[in-house]
Amino acid sequence: MLPASLRRIGAIAVKELRQMSRDRLTLGMVIGIPLMQMLIFGFGINNDVRHVHAGVVDLANTQASRTLIADIGASQVIDFVVRPTGIEALRKLVVSGQIQAGLYIPPDFERRRLDATRPVAQVIVDGTHPGVDIAVRAIATAPLPVRSGQLQRQQPAFEVLTEFNPERRTAVQVVPALIGVILNMTMVIFTAIALVRERERGNLELLIMTPVRSSELMVGKLLPYVAVGLIQTTIVLLTAILVFDVPVVGSLLELYLGAGLFIAATLGLGLVISTLATTQFQAMQLGFFTMLPSILLSGFAFPYEGMPRAVQYLAQGLPLTHFVEILRGVILRGATLANLWQPVAKLSVFLLVAMALAAARFRKRLD
Amino acid sequence: MSGEELAIEARGLTRRFGSLVAVNGIELHIPRGRIYGFLGPNGSGKSTTIRMLCGLIKPSGGTIRVLGLDIPQQSELLRRRVGYMTQRFSLWEDLSARENLNFMASIYTLEPRHATQRIEAAVREYRLQEFLDRPAGTLSGGQKQRLALAAATLHEPQLLLLDEPTSAVDPQSRRDFWESLFALTAAGTTILVSTHYMDEAERCHGLAILDQGNVVASGAPAQLMHDLPLEVVEIEAADTSAVRVALRGLASLRSLAQLGLRLHALLAPRATRAATSVGAGVAPPATDGVEQVRALLAKAGVSATVRRAAASLEDVFVGATLPPERDPH
Repeated sequence: MLPASLRRIGAIAVKELRQMSRDRLTLGMVIGIPLMQMLIFGFGINNDVRHVHAGVVDLANTQASRTLIADIGASQVIDFVVRPTGIEALRKLVVSGQIQAGLYIPPDFERRRLDATRPVAQVIVDGTHPGVDIAVRAIATAPLPVRSGQLQRQQPAFEVLTEFNPERRTAVQVVPALIGVILNMTMVIFTAIALVRERERGNLELLIMTPVRSSELMVGKLLPYVAVGLIQTTIVLLTAILVFDVPVVGSLLELYLGAGLFIAATLGLGLVISTLATTQFQAMQLGFFTMLPSILLSGFAFPYEGMPRAVQYLAQGLPLTHFVEILRGVILRGATLANLWQPVAKLSVFLLVAMALAAARFRKRLD
Repeated sequence: MSGEELAIEARGLTRRFGSLVAVNGIELHIPRGRIYGFLGPNGSGKSTTIRMLCGLIKPSGGTIRVLGLDIPQQSELLRRRVGYMTQRFSLWEDLSARENLNFMASIYTLEPRHATQRIEAAVREYRLQEFLDRPAGTLSGGQKQRLALAAATLHEPQLLLLDEPTSAVDPQSRRDFWESLFALTAAGTTILVSTHYMDEAERCHGLAILDQGNVVASGAPAQLMHDLPLEVVEIEAADTSAVRVALRGLASLRSLAQLGLRLHALLAPRATRAATSVGAGVAPPATDGVEQVRALLAKAGVSATVRRAAASLEDVFVGATLPPERDPH
């Protein structure tokens, strides 16, 4: 019984690969999309905010205030592009979006400098831009220019040591997880469409009249796309190493094992979608429906720790959450899959549940 | 007939889709080794019945036995023993004819050597050589159909289910196709085919006429034509519209169809006519249909040749699918 089953799985997998190799658009998508996304997002997503347009109102106009403005400008975080006459004009510019930050130095600046209880100046930040707020707040902690002869070095209470990414490069934080995001995007849609396309074209009615079992059909459909997923993994990984200079500290083999598990899990999700959808359009919609939460809640874009408990549970149900953990662990921290047994176990459970669900939902019937 | 001689036996077979009754308690007794036809208009329940017989759709009621198996419970066992051809070409259009056949052979897990033999035989039998390496999507309707039949018979099924297989092919391809079907039955295959073509239905050994989910007539085509309970009258006239006007009052007229200069009339038999006429209190003279028509035309001053004609299968079909007898008033 086993050889017959394997032959049928093989027949489906070969057929699927043949069809894929004839479909130029799909073939282009296999290679082109991950490469493009990697380059665009790798360069585009950057938390190191620089050159925020800002305005400055200096009503004190003393040597110290001018030094302060020059010091802040030198940090390159903000560029003072306008010098409005008063605080009202400064606010208007922020509202209109022409500037995203403003520095207001009051006329009694010098007196305030001597009074430790009062702030010397005010920084206005446009809070609607994530990232800008954090970057601009940081300049508020800049030391004041000291008067000659008044040495007051402030020693920070703690020394912070950033492990695994000492230069704190955003690329190092973003690119490994990006591998998972890109795989997630293409894989779910590929399989979701693969089965629905057969339904739409009428092939399925013929296929279910043959002795092929639901589980054989599912596995046969899934295998070629695992291969595609591993090719994509290689493409994005090479880009990460060669273009973004991301160090791969851990074992490549373990990385690929983790990737294989994640690919199978997302394909399983795609198969579940394909049993729900009746048209390719519906399959696409459902695919995208699962994609946005994956990207936003997986810890790729926002820290998992900051999410409310309920949302954290939801995030646990997304395969990408666990893969992002595996990726960062293996690539950056040199962890082994044994160290990462928790996300590995969760991904495995997801895969089994998805496959069981897909095989159970896919009936060899038309009604 | 004992159960073993029947390829398909269905009792009280019913399928409802919501409030719509697609198939309404039909009975089927289809012998082995014959071509049995389902004739009916679109929406008469032909496809639904075929899909229920092979376990693709669950019946709402009734029992099915196909090749001695209980359906839908034993559908999986049936898969190996039936071939199925859908109305729409359902092989893979982006694979070549050869790749499609190889795939089907693998799915039915034919022994590799046996598979090669079967494919070679199919290529000869259905003349596939000329387009064997072309993508199936580029084939003509007739070529697609030959390929589909080859694929459906690779595993030598005992029963072949064909759902409107000739709806997209030219007349010559249809003739060739039917030749192939007769060759298959000669080798012992039972074939169930649905169609809405009269000439195809007439070729079947047995026939069931379906209308709105009911079997309204069944039997051998020749027998059905012989037993038609309606009188067929042919009227040849230069002015056919005048004939139509003249026959408007004829209570026994069930159908009037035009074929060039001829009109084909179906008249209800005497007994029924007399009964309704008495009920209506008009009581026309109980004469033969031909004479009745002649009398009416003469009265209206229309010159025409009127004669009795043999019933065609189309007459059987029209007679069987007529709405229940109208009240003359």
